Amino acid sequence: MDKMKVLLIFPKNLTGEPITYILVREYDLRINILKAHVDYNIRGSLLMELEGTPENLRRGVSFLSEQGISVVENGTATSIDLDRCVACGACTAACETGALRIGTDDLLHYDSEKCLECMLCVKACPQRIITDIFA
Amino acid sequence: MTKTYQEINERIAAGKAVVVDAEEIIDIVKSEGIERAAQLVDVVTTATFSPMCSSGAFLNFGHATPPIRMEKIFLNNVECSGGLAAVDTFIGATQESVDLGMEYGGAHVICDLIDGKDVLLTATGKGTDCYPRREISTYINIDEMNEAYLYNPRNCYQNYGAATNSSNKRIYTYMGILQPHFGNVTYATAGQLSPLMNDPYFRVIGMGTKIFLAGAQGYVSWYGTQFNTAAKRAESGVPIGGAGTIAVSGDMRQMSTDYIRPAVFERYGTSMFVGIGIPIPILDEETLKFCAVTDDDIYTDINDYSLRDGSDSFVARVSYAELKSGSVKINGEDVRTSPLSSMHMARKIAEELTGQIKRGEFTLTEPVMLFPQNNALHSLGVRTKKRKQDK
Repeated sequence: MDKMKVLLIFPKNLTGEPITYILVREYDLRINILKAHVDYNIRGSLLMELEGTPENLRRGVSFLSEQGISVVENGTATSIDLDRCVACGACTAACETGALRIGTDDLLHYDSEKCLECMLCVKACPQRIITDIFA
Repeated sequence: MTKTYQEINERIAAGKAVVVDAEEIIDIVKSEGIERAAQLVDVVTTATFSPMCSSGAFLNFGHATPPIRMEKIFLNNVECSGGLAAVDTFIGATQESVDLGMEYGGAHVICDLIDGKDVLLTATGKGTDCYPRREISTYINIDEMNEAYLYNPRNCYQNYGAATNSSNKRIYTYMGILQPHFGNVTYATAGQLSPLMNDPYFRVIGMGTKIFLAGAQGYVSWYGTQFNTAAKRAESGVPIGGAGTIAVSGDMRQMSTDYIRPAVFERYGTSMFVGIGIPIPILDEETLKFCAVTDDDIYTDINDYSLRDGSDSFVARVSYAELKSGSVKINGEDVRTSPLSSMHMARKIAEELTGQIKRGEFTLTEPVMLFPQNNALHSLGVRTKKRKQDK
């Protein structure tokens, strides 16, 4: 069984479709929804972990793409404006998983695979340059 | 071996000065020894980029027609001091706006002005014979003002205590977010690169020392508030925890927000990241010895920020080498550490200052007054009766 973290962005015409149901029924995928924001007929975003056989994962993801859903692998709801970041480190104090860290190059590094999307870094950032795209 | 400011400035003017930063000097001293290194090196640059709450700016708006004696003053809805002359004000970095609270404060106004943005000035006065106008509302730009200079009463802490939290709930502090049950530690200085760590007894940094202040050439303009030279010290001479500070000033029109930024600390308030670089002239071997201090020899105490009732908050004493390694031991357990002070920016400022001195664009000034030694801190005793006065 493989696991992947994906961010799905739905076009407005698909905001009413039971996409996760199809992924479970047709592709035998285990779904762990981390974050969801669905605004009916306007826009939808879904951040989740998918678990299944490599073949089912591949087929499931191509089904999503065929529907017109944009699929971002290792996607995240955490958006960081690194151009404005001064690498103070305040967000790394809040981050319990080590997804945010100051590297040996003194700069801030973000690893979306480790991120649990708790969004405490949004509150921790003194420059307010970390945002939750679902908010 | 001794050198004078004049000799060093002559070498700078001739483009011959040897300038290195306070991290590079460590290796030079290791390989060459103190005596030889003091001969070789003319200037050691130091720098820091940290949140510094005790910051602000003096502004003079110029007089409108008819004129107003501004008594209540706001810039972008952030209240400024009305306690000066008619069109003078001081805006404090931590003052929060009436409408946006801590998300937009004095620091944001200061940085918007530095960025050349128009800000909304609103003011009222009671109206006097000489200042008949009672209210004013106008956009104003820094290039339309008479003066706009930063005056920060307490910057550049010589050292500062690190923070942790023993309680069972997450706390939000000016030392950042502190997780429960000793979940993390935060610290707020650049360690061996930080200016006052390299001149622990204020032998060379004093009133009138020219500094790099947020991109401008500014000056040390007094000793900082809460100036504590009586603090306990490590063997290196560097104080353990908060100690000396400096007041600094400089022309905002020469500054760049590359080196100064507003900061918001959740559930605490607005603050400001200030970038400061200070050149230390190598006048003698003693000066150099202090500049060669390493993170291994600089210590601070970790304090428990969940204890604010006056009880002993000491948790552990650690070196900056340990803090910068990413984790320290508390009660035998590894606890992860995070900085609040940017080494990236501090190194960038040190590099910039080094370049300016090498190119002859930045010369050194000799202080016109050195700061008090053994100056101890007072705390605020709360009392309901006036002290007995003579007379």
